[in-house]
Amino acid sequence: MTWAAILLAGVGCYLLKLAGLSVPPRVLQRPVAERVADLIPVALLAALVAVQVFALGQDLVLDARAAGLAVAVGLLALRAPFLVVVFGAALVAALLRLLA
Amino acid sequence: MPEETLSRAQRAAIVRDSLGVGVATGAYGVSFGAVSVAAGLSVAQTCALSLVMFTGASQFAFVGVLAAGGAPLSGGLTALLLGTRNTLYGLRLAPLLRWRGARRLLASQVLIDESTAMSMTRTTTAAARVGFLATGVAIFVLWNLATLLGAVAGSAIGDPRTYGLDAAVGAAFLALLWPRLTDLRNRVVALAAAAVALGIVPLAPAGVPVLAAAGVALLAGVLTSRPDPTEFPEAR
Repeated sequence: MTWAAILLAGVGCYLLKLAGLSVPPRVLQRPVAERVADLIPVALLAALVAVQVFALGQDLVLDARAAGLAVAVGLLALRAPFLVVVFGAALVAALLRLLA
Repeated sequence: MPEETLSRAQRAAIVRDSLGVGVATGAYGVSFGAVSVAAGLSVAQTCALSLVMFTGASQFAFVGVLAAGGAPLSGGLTALLLGTRNTLYGLRLAPLLRWRGARRLLASQVLIDESTAMSMTRTTTAAARVGFLATGVAIFVLWNLATLLGAVAGSAIGDPRTYGLDAAVGAAFLALLWPRLTDLRNRVVALAAAAVALGIVPLAPAGVPVLAAAGVALLAGVLTSRPDPTEFPEAR
């Protein structure tokens, strides 16, 4: 099941790329379609951040992951590189769990 | 678009910039590999995602949904929705790159945020192709090597929560989102989407909350009329 999802979604993502380079530009140039497509990554990434940090199964919780996210916000505001942000958040969460 | 030949110096400058972006981005693959194994995927499944799917946000989303206990189908749908932005990149780049046939089939696989950012600003087809391929191929090679490294290391270290790797996923998503948050409408959409997703968490199986948040994008796209100034990510 996991393998099927990986391969289907993987091939699907490739076809989405190929479609972009192949379809005549006017097809998606309706302003509403373009705006929605532009906003979808923003909405999905924000939802993923929220669920990844504050959900545990079907419960909403505040734990070491929230502290990690706060550190990530600070590092991003300081224009830290991606890897520093990601591992900085991990480090803080790990240290908090070590102390708890 | 004039079809000019590039001087050796121009080509070298574009390749140098592209490789810089390629090395920095490819290294993220380590965090993807570690996070994916932490989410319960095997090393082979993790490497298959980087080889076949090869678009970072979709890959992180897929393993993120599975880590939260979601069905593989929900993970796949979320990955596909996030992958739609590559279609938009392709629509913009097609008249500039002008590839056909087998070359287009091959080039499509490396159509991602960074290769778009490093080619769309070029004024000639030749320069755009060099920027696109140098960035895309460098990231493809390094991302896959780094994924393997992270996955192998990740599966050897035991419970990933001890190392805070579950917190790393949220930070990675936020870092991918961050460049888009300079725009006020995007901030509103992001906050609303996060609120919708968290509101649905107690009510629905994992994976559904994230998909439901796409409805916020639909609503905002229909109700507003201004184009998005942050559409293309800056090269990092």
